[in-house]
Amino acid sequence: MDLTTFLIQCLNALQYGLLLFLVASGLTLIFGIMGVINLAHGSFYMIGAYMAYALAPAIESSLGGGFFSVLLVGLVLSVVIGYVLEWAFYSYLYDRDHLQQVLMTYGLILVFEELRSLLVGDDVYGVQIPEILAGSVPLSEVMTYPVYRLFVSALCIALVAGMFYVFARTRLGMMIRAGASNREMVQSLGIDINFLYRVVFAAGFALAAFAGMVAAPVSSVYPGMGNEVLIICFVVVVIGGIGSIQGALVAALLIGFVDTFGKVIVPDAAGVMVYLAMAVILLWKPDGLFKAG
Amino acid sequence: MATQSEYLLEAEGIHAWYGSSHVLHGIDLRIARGQTVGLLGRNGMGKSTLIRTLLGHVTQRDGHIAFFGRDCSRSKPHQVARMGVAYVPEGRGVFPNLTVRENLLMSARPGTDGRADWTYERVLDRFPRLTERLTNLGNQLSGGEQQMLSIGRALMTHPDLIILDEATEGLAPLIVTEIWNVIADIRESGIATLIVDRDFRRVLAHSDHALVLQKGLSELAGPAADVANDPSLTGLLGV
Repeated sequence: MDLTTFLIQCLNALQYGLLLFLVASGLTLIFGIMGVINLAHGSFYMIGAYMAYALAPAIESSLGGGFFSVLLVGLVLSVVIGYVLEWAFYSYLYDRDHLQQVLMTYGLILVFEELRSLLVGDDVYGVQIPEILAGSVPLSEVMTYPVYRLFVSALCIALVAGMFYVFARTRLGMMIRAGASNREMVQSLGIDINFLYRVVFAAGFALAAFAGMVAAPVSSVYPGMGNEVLIICFVVVVIGGIGSIQGALVAALLIGFVDTFGKVIVPDAAGVMVYLAMAVILLWKPDGLFKAG
Repeated sequence: MATQSEYLLEAEGIHAWYGSSHVLHGIDLRIARGQTVGLLGRNGMGKSTLIRTLLGHVTQRDGHIAFFGRDCSRSKPHQVARMGVAYVPEGRGVFPNLTVRENLLMSARPGTDGRADWTYERVLDRFPRLTERLTNLGNQLSGGEQQMLSIGRALMTHPDLIILDEATEGLAPLIVTEIWNVIADIRESGIATLIVDRDFRRVLAHSDHALVLQKGLSELAGPAADVANDPSLTGLLGV
């Protein structure tokens, strides 16, 4: 592998890892704070990707602005959908055991897949890369790297930075962390825990959907795309330590690199590399890299 | 806050259940503004349950609860807290994964009357030991430091009533005395308190009124001095 190929693979791994983190961070927060195992989290990613595909024509004809308007409208819509989903379904799960949580959230996967099938159909669709970002950056005389992928990485880095800022520096972040450790005390300090949960859930939904939206032009949209992401996100959450946001970031980047380089270095065993990494890490640290609280 | 009631808290006929077990059997409790009330009784007689019921944490409950004359019988815990009630729970309730600074700032807010005199600086002034530990996590503190943090955090919400459940439990004698000094200061500053503590003599010495629970009923109640001299007191407390 020459230096340019190595660099390209690094950029790919970084971009994939960051996208994984956007999805996995919501999964780990929802589990760590509300104690809910959300199997439908992959569907949130799928919903985002299909929004990028299905909203585009309507937004282009009414608002204009292309892909960026789609992102913005999609983001607002996902916050609303997340908020409503929490109110209608997830708020009933907090005091229930894991079996009931798994049953309901699995049921939601089926509902979302069926709705997708009814509304958009079962074909694979491509989503256009916005024109300004359609170019490539030359890396050597023969190799180039697509601008859109760099844009995705930059956007993800900005989001990750914003998220860590909110989490570590703001009162909302303090409340969220406190809520993960002692719910009753948080309430006794005058904080409406149900509202806090709803905000966290809506944010988790929006992050996953946003990841789906920005990934859509690279990966295209297809049935079952949410389930692939869900499985790999559970790997990330388990490696990182359940409930730990820092852990999720480290694990997502690690999986990004292992997966990307696994495909290049040992193409025959590419499918198992990620799980091998998980097994090794769990043997070394059974609770994951960062054990929360 | 402009209301008619002279009482900060009026609770009448409080019943509470944990599942099928009936823990409180109709307790009356009144706290006037600025008053200190001691809550006594042996283990398992319902003291903590009464507190958790008043705060809205026990949902299987019955009876009438009002703060400042406003009905809170069915209020949620955060609504009760927002009425001006702060809680220093048994076990202190310090967030282990937040720093001392974050524990204090997280829930700080002005009082119901706009009071904001318990600033971050004033709390650190009152509890100088916390100043050295601002960046430590809650679970890295000693028991006494955690207790001071819990009380400091309560003060920063500018409450009209502070409920202290077993505030001196498991602390060294010197720290216990320091905590009682703090309680005396709080009383002096005009904030009402409801105190539960194992040391009934000190509770009675620091209280205006007292209430002794037995098997979920209020067996003895009145001015602290009368309760202290009541012949049935030692029997009720099993001492």
